[in-house]
Formats: sequence, structure tokens, C-alpha cells
Amino acid sequence: MDFLNALILLLNYIFIPALTYGSQLALGAIFVTLIYGILRFANFATGDMMSFGTMVTILFTWYFQSLGISLGVLPTALLAIPFGIFFMILYMLGIDKFVFKYYRTNKSPPVQLAMVSIGVMFVTQAVVRIIIGPSDQRFFDGEKFIIKAREFKEMTGFNEGLALKSTQVITVLVTIILVSLLFWFLNKTKTGKSMKAYSDNEDLALLSGIDPKKIVMITWIIAGILATIGGALYGLDKSFKPFTYFNNMLPIFAAAIVGGIGNPFGAFLGGYVIAFSEIFLTYAYKKFFIYILPESMEPESLVQLLSTDYKFAVSFSILVIVLLYRPSGIFKGKVL
Amino acid sequence: MRKNLNVIAAYSIMMALIILVGIFQSWNIALSIFNLCLISAVMTMGANIQWGYAGLINFGIMGYTALGGLAAVLISVDPVQEAWSAGGFDILMSLWLIIAMVLIIRFILKRFNKSKMRTYSIAVIIISGILLIRFSAEPGIEAIEAVNPAKTGFLGGFGLPIIFSWVVGAFFAGGLAFIVGKVALGLRADYLAIATLLISEIVIAIIKHEDWLTRGVKNVIGLKRPAPYEVDLQSTDWFINLVEKFNSGKLELISNLSDRQAALNQIVIEGSSVFVKLCYSGLFLTVVIILLILTQKALYSPWGRMMRAIRDNEEAANAMGKNVVKQHLLIFILGSAIVGIAGAMLVTQDGLFTPGSYRPMRYTFLIWVMVIVGGSGNNFGAILGGFAVWFLWIEAAPIALFLINFFTAGMSETHAFKIHLIESVPYFRFLMMGLGLLVIMRYRPKGILPEKIEIK
Repeated sequence: MDFLNALILLLNYIFIPALTYGSQLALGAIFVTLIYGILRFANFATGDMMSFGTMVTILFTWYFQSLGISLGVLPTALLAIPFGIFFMILYMLGIDKFVFKYYRTNKSPPVQLAMVSIGVMFVTQAVVRIIIGPSDQRFFDGEKFIIKAREFKEMTGFNEGLALKSTQVITVLVTIILVSLLFWFLNKTKTGKSMKAYSDNEDLALLSGIDPKKIVMITWIIAGILATIGGALYGLDKSFKPFTYFNNMLPIFAAAIVGGIGNPFGAFLGGYVIAFSEIFLTYAYKKFFIYILPESMEPESLVQLLSTDYKFAVSFSILVIVLLYRPSGIFKGKVL
Repeated sequence: MRKNLNVIAAYSIMMALIILVGIFQSWNIALSIFNLCLISAVMTMGANIQWGYAGLINFGIMGYTALGGLAAVLISVDPVQEAWSAGGFDILMSLWLIIAMVLIIRFILKRFNKSKMRTYSIAVIIISGILLIRFSAEPGIEAIEAVNPAKTGFLGGFGLPIIFSWVVGAFFAGGLAFIVGKVALGLRADYLAIATLLISEIVIAIIKHEDWLTRGVKNVIGLKRPAPYEVDLQSTDWFINLVEKFNSGKLELISNLSDRQAALNQIVIEGSSVFVKLCYSGLFLTVVIILLILTQKALYSPWGRMMRAIRDNEEAANAMGKNVVKQHLLIFILGSAIVGIAGAMLVTQDGLFTPGSYRPMRYTFLIWVMVIVGGSGNNFGAILGGFAVWFLWIEAAPIALFLINFFTAGMSETHAFKIHLIESVPYFRFLMMGLGLLVIMRYRPKGILPEKIEIK
């Protein structure tokens, strides 16, 4: 019984939150990796682009709520996400046309493109803050919990409660569907294969008649879908604040590089690696040990490897270690 | 003279803008902008040495700035005796443990050849060392943080004049740069950018949460000053006489004696804060000029030529027998040390150390905008970039307000759209920075004052 209690404790405080957070990071990391693999630069505007897509989603959610449209138990935001994606893609294609295209056609070095993306980051940040403001926005509605901690205790008779938020289930489900669709697209369709070819060897791809304009456009469209959905899911699960989104860029980069930048599957797994290690290393295991150890051996301290303040530092340290020992990432393989 | 015309013109415009602020807003604002411009200029010089001379991308400027600030605290604050006696021993023990750990790792690295066994044993040493240090330092840290937590709760510093911290800050930042450089300099450009950015975040996390050393987010306030205090100046005779002499014309117009005294008091209060800012300006200007002379000399020395050769063609320079790895590490340390000086200067000017305020937007990306806009590889350009961008950063809000009022003049004052725009005025500075960077990178990719290479 105590053993099961301990398991539920871990499930409730480590596994479910890490799985959710990891899914959100994974979507962002695939976005980074796609841009890096095909457009060949580190996009420092990642976090802010995600916040732009989320902002449009929030605005549409509010509009639908004012019209009285809702999805019942599901959050209205799910209905607004397609509109968010649409505007996000328009914004990205606009930026590509006016900013990135020039450097791409001039074959500028990747560093210059990364610098340009810092300019885009500033502009996007300004746009988001001017439109929706810098403060916290909540846009979640519908049923909040699928299983409440107290109900679970009453139902099963365990000491430990298990809470399952609907946003957590939605996040994981949507991520699974989206990522499987993406991999199907990249591996099975002709366009997806040409994207891989383009990322592998640009000149060879051009020789075999692949249209670079089309590839770039499709990359931005996929990126827009990933950025908006990833951002909106994060916002639903936690809350939307432009500054947090900017900060999230750092663990997302860590996830993408840990997975091997340019490799979408690696980025997908990298998100979970980062999320799980952050939560594993900063969780206080005191209660867990109280359950599994006999009373005489119970710990007095919190049994915490690192204080939660160092949550971000954990993922960055992992990244530094990976960069040192395997600069091509844990899951290196062929690109894209 | 002729070839330097654009430099002179650019600097005259910049100074004229600051003087205009002095005339139209106030001299206090103009001087505080000028002082921060000087500090930004030191930072951009540091970044410019790395990026402009050697092509090394360093997105960790925030971390070095914060370390410089930490140096200011550790040098100038008086030591907290109680805290030292409560937990000093444990902290010193941990310090010895760290040194022992580093020595053991060095020994293993030297003694054994590269193998899986070696890597694993080093990992084991590091992990067990960290656990050991955590356990040995824990009681000491708790004891230190319990000593009068509202006022101190940390070890304090050495109680020396704060101006020494400018040198110590450079050493701190240089030391960190040595470690980071050893670890990360082999990486490709964009990886290096990300790695340095993340390492600087780790540094900030440590400074924020190790309360026994830095007081963390509780901030350290009331640091000693190298300049006189306003309150003291206001009661000093020579200062009052000086102010009186400067404003004698204005004062003579007031015939009533008590009115004249009141007016004089007002001027003295304003004058004292202007005087203090002028003292800082003098100190900062000295640093900027010394650094400018040194960096210019370095740029045109054989060493500078070698750095440019390495930047422009690494393989060729390597083939000519230049030690690229060593030179990269050296320049990484030098540039970071200069940024460390700027960090210490910043804390000196503010008189307080707030770890929570170090954010990558302000201390990394903004500095990069300065370097790119000003002109990388050209020291005058980098300094100008620091001035121009910081000026715009501060004056963006008034400019945006003016533009909004101009373009929405037809709307009524209570129009929701206009009110919303006016409320979001502070964020227009991001827009201006971003657009400025994009425009410069597109139409003048080498910056306002581009790099000049003279071949004699």
C-alpha cells in the first residue's frame, strides 16, 4: 500500500507535470530544429513568435466568449487555435518576405541571420506587448479537472491524491497527434521528402528540380502551426505572459540541441529529456522516502538534490555537458 | 582630418542631442543619460573586441556584467563579523574542497590518457564532490543567512573603496571567461552564442539564489560612493559659493532677500545632484578614454593584425603558425574583463546591487544592438553605438508619445484606441530597437561607422 502511495506521489508530482511540460517544449524544439535544418539559422525570435501566435489565439478566444460560443467541457481556445495559426503563418511569411529572404538569397553566413532574428525578436516582442500588454492573461475555460485529488482519494482509498488537469491531457494528446502527423508528412509525402533532401544538401536538391521557394514557404507554415499550438497549450496549462515566453526560448534551445539540432525526432525527445531532468533533480523526495523506507530510516531534510530556484540551470547544465561531449546531440543521425 | 570627418560629425550630433535634452528636459536627465551612455560604451568596447576583432560571438554579456557588479559588492561592503564567525569556517572548508576537486581532476586529466574510464571517473568525482560540498556547507550557509537577515544575512565584503572593484570586477569576469572559453570556444558560431547565453543564465541563477554570498534577491543597497553625497554638498560652504557665483546673474534679479535665499537653496539642491553626476561622468570618461587608447593601440599593433587575420581566415592564419585556439581564448578573456569593468561601474553609479534586474534583453541583446548599429571592428563606432542606442532607449518613450499624439490628433482624448496606445508607450522602445537593427543590418551592414582597414 505504501509502495503504491509512493508511486502515485511520483506520478502526480513528477511524471504528469514533466510529460506536459516536455510536450510543450518538444513542439517548440521541433520548430527551432526545422528552421535550423532548412533555413540554416538559430532563430532567437522563437519564444516571441510563440507568444504572437498565442496572443492571436487569446484574442479570438475572447471574441468567441463574448459571442457566447463555447465547446462545453473543452476550452474555447481549441476553437480559436486555427485562427491563431492562420495569423501566425501570415506574420511569419511576411517577416520572411521582408527580412529573411534578402539574406537567404545573398547567402549570408548563419551568424548574420541569427543577428537579424534578434531584430525580429525585438519587433515581435514590441508588437505583442503593444497589442495585449505585458501582464498575465488567463483564457482557460471549460472543465478544469478530469480527476480531482480528493475524489481520487475517496474513490480508491489511497492516502495520496492524483490530480489530472484537462489541460494536461489535451496537451499530451494534441502533441502526439501533431507530431505523428508531422513525421508522416516528412517521411511519406513527396513534399516532406523534398524538404529532407533540401536540408541534407541544398545544391543537390536544387539540381533535382526542387523548388526552394515552396520548401521555405512550407517550412514557415509548419513552423507557424507548431509555434501557435505549442504556445497556446503552454498558455492554457500555465498562463500567458510575454516575458515567460521569451524566457522559454532557453529550455527550448536546450531541448533542440540536446536532441541534435536539425533532427526533429531528436528535438521531440530532447523536450522530454529537459523537462524530466529539470523536475527530477529539483523535486523534494522527503515524502517519497517516508512512504518506502521503514520508520527508523525516515529522512529529516527535504532530500532535494537542487533547490527549485535552479530549475533552469539544470537544463542549461545538461546542454553544456552535451555540447562538450557530443556536440551533435544525443540522438544524432541523419538530419531532418 | 578629412577622413575622420564622419566620426567627428557623428559624435557632434550625439553630443548636441544630449545637450538638447539638457536644455529642454533637465541637466539631471541629460547627465544620467550621458553616464549610462559611457557605461554602455565600455560594454560595447568589450563586445567589440570579441566580435569585431576576432569574430567571436558572446551572448553572455549579462553574466559578466553581473559578476562585475558582484565584485563591487564584495569589495566595498564592510565584512559582517558575526556571519564570519557563524559560518565562515564551513564556507572556507567548502572552498578548499572545491580547490582539491579541481586539482584532482587536473591530475587525472594529465596522468591518464583519454578513455571512457577517465570520463566516468571524472564525472563521479564531480558529482560526489558537489554532494560533499552541499553537506559540508549547508550548516554554515544556514547560520550565515540567519544573522540579522533583514539587514545582512551574508558574509559581506572587504570594506575597501569601491573604485578598486573596477579592477577586481575585470578579474572576476576574466576568470569566468577563462572557464567558459576553455569549455565552449571550440563550438561553431551559433552554438557558441547559445552556449554563452545559457551559461550566463546559470551565473545569474547562482548570484540570485546564493544568499550567503550576494544577499540574492534581497538586494544590497547603500554601497559606498567614490563621489560626495548630495546632502553633504548642500551644507558645504565652497559648494554653495560656487553655485552662487554661477547663478549670480539670475539671483540678482530677485530683490527680496528671503526670496533670494529660497531660490539659492533650490538651485543648490539641484546643483548638488548635477555635481555628483558630473563626478561620475569624469570617472567614467577617464575609463572610456584609457580603454579607447589601449584598444586602438591593440587594433593597430601586430597583434591586432594577427587577430583580424584569424577572424578573416582561420585556416590560413593557422597555417602561418598562429595559435588560433590560444588567441581566441585570450581575446575572449580580455573582452569579458572589459565588460566586467562596466558591470562594476554600473553598480558603483547606482549604489545598489539588484541581481533580479539582470535580464538578457537589457544586458545582452541591447549591447549587441549597440555593437552592430555602431559598427563592429571600429572602436569609435562601438562607442557611438553605445551612445546612440542608449539615448534612443531612454528617449524612445517621449518620441513615441509625440508621434502617437501627432498621428491620432483627429481622435478624441477618450477614444479607446488612443488610450490603449498611450498606455503601451514604454514598449515602443523595443519596436524602435528592432526596426533600427533590421534597417542597419539591411542597408548598412557594417554599422554607422564601419571598420577601416588601412594598408600601408
